[in-house]
Amino acid sequence: MTQQASENKATLGPVGWLFLVLGGLAMLAPFYAMFVFSTHERSDIFRVPPPLWFGEHFLDNIAILMNRIPFWINLGWSLYVGVISTALTLLFCSMAGFAFAAYEFRLKKPLFGLVMATMLIPSFLGMIPSFMIMDLLAWIDQPRALYLPAAAPAMGIFLMRQYIESAIPRELLEAARMDGCSELGIYGRIVVPLLGPAFGTLGLITFIASWNNFIGPLIVMRSVEMYTFPLALRSVQSPVDTQWGALMAGSVVAVLPLLVIFIFSSRRLIAGLTAGAVKS
Amino acid sequence: MSQRLTAQAWAPYVLVAPFVILFLVFGLFPIGFSFVLMFQSWDPVQGVSSMKYVGLENLSFALEDPLVWVSLQNTLWLAVASGLPQHLVAIPLAYLINERLGPWRNAAMGVYFLPYITSTVAIAIMFGSLFSTDYGAVNAMLQSMAQWPVLSTLLPAGNVDWMGQPGTIKPVVALVVFWRYVGFNTILYVAAMQSIPRDLYEAARLDGASGWRVFWHITLPQLKPMMYFGVTLSVIGGLQLFEEPFILTGGKGGIEYAGMTTAMYMYRTAFEFGDFGLASAISWLLFAVILVLTLVTNRAFRVKGG
Repeated sequence: MTQQASENKATLGPVGWLFLVLGGLAMLAPFYAMFVFSTHERSDIFRVPPPLWFGEHFLDNIAILMNRIPFWINLGWSLYVGVISTALTLLFCSMAGFAFAAYEFRLKKPLFGLVMATMLIPSFLGMIPSFMIMDLLAWIDQPRALYLPAAAPAMGIFLMRQYIESAIPRELLEAARMDGCSELGIYGRIVVPLLGPAFGTLGLITFIASWNNFIGPLIVMRSVEMYTFPLALRSVQSPVDTQWGALMAGSVVAVLPLLVIFIFSSRRLIAGLTAGAVKS
Repeated sequence: MSQRLTAQAWAPYVLVAPFVILFLVFGLFPIGFSFVLMFQSWDPVQGVSSMKYVGLENLSFALEDPLVWVSLQNTLWLAVASGLPQHLVAIPLAYLINERLGPWRNAAMGVYFLPYITSTVAIAIMFGSLFSTDYGAVNAMLQSMAQWPVLSTLLPAGNVDWMGQPGTIKPVVALVVFWRYVGFNTILYVAAMQSIPRDLYEAARLDGASGWRVFWHITLPQLKPMMYFGVTLSVIGGLQLFEEPFILTGGKGGIEYAGMTTAMYMYRTAFEFGDFGLASAISWLLFAVILVLTLVTNRAFRVKGG
């Protein structure tokens, strides 16, 4: 965009501002309410008018939650599954992305078509047989049932292929080959060290998706000690005698890591999550 | 040299192998097996060994199950009521953010995108509290607004039992889904707007067009490919809706099943009632609906574009 173009730009009128600001408030207000409510006792949350500023009961609410669920264990599983899922996804997607970006091979086109096609298959179709497979493999209540099946997502392969094509010159690979570097050596010693930014984006996306995953653990995790955090939080919900303060505090715990990640890398995340759409 | 060539020939297959293996085991096989399951029936207690072929029994049972139809209606209602407003709001919003906001653009995009990356469970719990009957913040707000002269006639006199009556469950679920995904669509449209050639705008400006007319005659037509993409995503995603209504209605779909989507009913059929064959039939029914509506969307955009 040229300097002139931006100078010529019309500025936002009052109606536009109102629309944007009210919309923005509507996006943020529920988060604000969640954070404020998490610091109040249940009886205070439902005062009229509801509390608008922070109270002092956050730790009490967490204590209530800890009485209901094995808090640290659930949080630990979420972290564990998230980290392994991210590591495997980065490995598998960068491998496949490298193959599609830097090699000519006979099955390249059909295989890449397959990658793209998996994006279109609704996940619920395989849900029941997937559960049966997990059952057969005795993977029920096993974290690997959460991180392994989804460890080579099409979106990640696509992202990696795009990045490798644009950021790693083929001459570099040829030069390494001339120097006697093996094919897998080229991947490990030349390509992987250059993938930093792509790893960052895909890693964040994968971790967030794993952290938020609900259906996966809902189907394969049966005992409370194996629940990931969102599933454990859901189990505290009950039609009668809902501990709203504790639920809000738990929601804050579920959302806070995402907020921190997002504040530091929102541009990268937005670019990564919409990359497929923009390219197509 | 020839050894090099063979290495170069097999290396890509080694590199792609993890994807292929995972796809075969956890992608293709389950879908194929799900198709087989649709024609089978067995006693869940005795296990898969008692499985027997029952032909189209599951499918016809599903088609005669009134709850399947209720759930399909709910799903369609929710997909339209949450999907359509998303795009109607996202397009002008993207225009304001992209064309008029200047230095605030990234901050605004961040704010609107935030709900998309947060945990569904946390979101649903939060909205569950805001819409709770007796003292929820929404009811409290309506009550205090009802004190004002003009609004008192328009607003409900007492507290609204949002999640406890069939008429309000769906709107609340739709609102939550709208709130969660409107920012994602906005970002898609911002990205599409950035790829519109600037000289189109320059030319329009030289012709004396401004503001509204530029948006209507230049921006909107250029957005069509992204609209097609975005609406298709909303159709496919909206028809699979599961998590938000599942958590908001405590997994059961709420009173009179008003908030039970087809994906939820499939889940319950499989994991609460233990009928995997029937659940598979329901999942293929839903797949057929998604396929048809995706094709309809495709057709609609093609016709409009000429």
